[in-house]
Amino acid sequence: MAQFRVCPDSGFYFDRSAESLMKVNAVAGVVSLLIAGILALGVILTRWQDVHLLPADLFYQVLTAHGINALIFWVIFFEIAVLYFASSTLLRSRLAAPGWAWAGFALMVIGAVMNNVAVMQGNSSVMMTSYVPMQAAPHFYLGLILFAVGALIGCFVFLGTLVLAKDDKTYDGSLPLVVFGALTATIIAIFTIASGAIILVPTFLWSVGYINHIDAEMYRIIWWALGHSSQQINVAAHVSIWYLITGILFGARPMSEKVSRFAFLLYIFFLQLASAHHILVDPGVSSEWKIFNTSYAMYLAVLASMIHGLTVPGAMEVAQRSKGYTKGLFEWLRKAPWGNPVFSGFFFALVIFGFIGGITGVVMGTEQINLIIHNTIYVPAHFHATVAVGTTLTFMALTYLLIPVLFRRALFMPWMAKLQPYVFSLGMTIMILFLLGAGTLGVSRRHWDMDFTGAMLSFDYPGTAYMMVAVGGIGGVLGVVGGAMFLIVTVGSLLFGKKLEPSAGLFQGFCGLPLADSVYNVEQPPRLERAEPVEHHHDGFEAPGTFVLALALLVCFVVYYAINWDYLSSVWPIG
Amino acid sequence: MSEDTNLPKPERIPFFQRMLDNPFLLLFIGVAMPTVFYTLWGVMEVATIPIAK
Amino acid sequence: MSSFQPPADRIWWQVPVGKQEIIWAGIALVWCLIMFFMMPYWHVYGKQNLSTEAYQTNAEKYGAAVEAFVEEYQTGVDEQSGMPIVTPPAGSDIYMLGRLWQWYPILNLEKGKSYRLHLSSLDWQHGFSLQPVNINLQVVPGYEMVINVAPDQAGEFTVICNEFCGIGHHTMLGKIHVKEN
Repeated sequence: MAQFRVCPDSGFYFDRSAESLMKVNAVAGVVSLLIAGILALGVILTRWQDVHLLPADLFYQVLTAHGINALIFWVIFFEIAVLYFASSTLLRSRLAAPGWAWAGFALMVIGAVMNNVAVMQGNSSVMMTSYVPMQAAPHFYLGLILFAVGALIGCFVFLGTLVLAKDDKTYDGSLPLVVFGALTATIIAIFTIASGAIILVPTFLWSVGYINHIDAEMYRIIWWALGHSSQQINVAAHVSIWYLITGILFGARPMSEKVSRFAFLLYIFFLQLASAHHILVDPGVSSEWKIFNTSYAMYLAVLASMIHGLTVPGAMEVAQRSKGYTKGLFEWLRKAPWGNPVFSGFFFALVIFGFIGGITGVVMGTEQINLIIHNTIYVPAHFHATVAVGTTLTFMALTYLLIPVLFRRALFMPWMAKLQPYVFSLGMTIMILFLLGAGTLGVSRRHWDMDFTGAMLSFDYPGTAYMMVAVGGIGGVLGVVGGAMFLIVTVGSLLFGKKLEPSAGLFQGFCGLPLADSVYNVEQPPRLERAEPVEHHHDGFEAPGTFVLALALLVCFVVYYAINWDYLSSVWPIG
Repeated sequence: MSEDTNLPKPERIPFFQRMLDNPFLLLFIGVAMPTVFYTLWGVMEVATIPIAK
Repeated sequence: MSSFQPPADRIWWQVPVGKQEIIWAGIALVWCLIMFFMMPYWHVYGKQNLSTEAYQTNAEKYGAAVEAFVEEYQTGVDEQSGMPIVTPPAGSDIYMLGRLWQWYPILNLEKGKSYRLHLSSLDWQHGFSLQPVNINLQVVPGYEMVINVAPDQAGEFTVICNEFCGIGHHTMLGKIHVKEN
């Protein structure tokens, strides 16, 4: 029985079991996103003080579930699909241990459902961070543990597939850059999940009464090795996907394999140290520890991101210029396929991640500046730029690419898909910028009522703070509309999209079933050859437009960094 | 045999490339670095906080 | 399309890197180092550096210390909340505790004077968020942090809780009054 099919449109080879696993993981991810998106509406419409939709208990419950579904379940389910795609499809290899991969998937689903049920039952509104000594129901922690174990199995299936591909000699030379990026994500994921186990297993035992004390500060330190690193998996994953998308859309090749891989290597070394961003105003931790870790040693992971920031669009520019778009600095960008949601989604994700998410992240992760930002609504504004736009929009763009390739369906309502990245990016950008502003005015995150109703004392935020949260609310609603458009296109495509393969039936679309047997007609794909050699010429600037964009990023970065030090210097002296 | 010895010797692969081509070495580094510098050092910091009088 | 193909050159590490990437990586590295050294620089020349003085404690011990402090320096009672108002001498050790759902007690300070502020929580984690100054600290049960504060503005300041601490989280407020001297 042949094991592979070849996609006639893209030329990708799909292993039968890997294909099913990618489908189920991607679908489970999208379901989590659907839940997170609906809950997002509850969060934003409650924070927007004029609407103030939900009562306090329901708000905190909804906020807990929104955070976990968006930041854990959606991204990690989707990332497991990406890992299987990178290792099996891109390397043209069989998937290692599909049985284990299914077991891992089952654990992840059971864990995600269990955790959601715990939150829905109402006595686990402890936020995603579940800081001790506030206690959730035991199955809240158990669900997370099962999910983590399942994801860990997925990581090992990825590594196993790399070994298998090497043994079977399915490719020649070194791993492709995109696969190397996926490996980086996997490595970060393994550290993340191990940290999660170290802290969540005792916390679970504490919740059922076997342990009577968990130290609150120890919990914070180890939990954040899970909480922050889990978002660094996203960074490595979405940067890899950026390289993939520019490769597919433009035939772009990395400007330098060495530089891009070295940047990923810097991620492997340093990116995860940034868990310290959350511990900067905690009691008793030394400044040496804070400075070393919060700066990723010496901002070497930031250096890596700045390098990717040049080489990703730079590769695209070089490819576009070689096709004749050479006029001026930006013809290559103007003539890009702006109507293709794969491109527009990728490009907006890149810009918003870099200009907003990246810069705010470094600023608030500065040891002293964190004093004026910690736990304000600035923090969620920052990570909506990195995760909710940077990662999520990248995954959305990839989904538009995969619906025909993986699910063999034409896009449903392509006009909506075309508009979606614009609506989503616009809404989210408005929300992010105004919530950053509100955070600077001291508005708290995770807070039900800006009016402090029922408090024994009183405090009035400035009117501007209310205005900023309200405009942020409008942006957030628009962002939810953009998210809904994505879900309509995705679910619609799987249910009603035109079949590109006669055997792509309803259930084969989204229940993980592979296509009909007749489609699998390749015993063993031909070996993946090395890229065509090109002449290396390094006399001039190959991508001047990108260089100008990179300098613009740097200018914004420097100015915003300086403004924040100035703001810090104006508050009460403390020491 | 004689044919083999006449072939040009394959160029030695540089250290960094060999390191980047070795997923399990990278995995070790990627887990060891944050475990030592973030987690262990951080836990030590907290464990050595003196007890209030 | 080589981003998802193996590199063209077998020994890609030795392919020379373009000028543009070298220049950009150089600029970025310089900027990264500047940002890195800003933090130690501020420790030397800046006025906002969080002290790392802290002690392991517990609710009984810390609660007793706060009560002794209140007893010694109490100068009144706030009508709105019934909370004691405490006026400690300039330069002394001052205490505030977080608990469900209040910051206790209300402090009267003098502008331009420095105080050693002790902070801890008696129950869950809380967030000390001084408004409208916007200084934010994590308050963790079992740990007493001691920071030096020197208010440089007079007026009424509010402490908001900005770490989620249950259903009454939004009602958790405290006050610090700073008098012109």
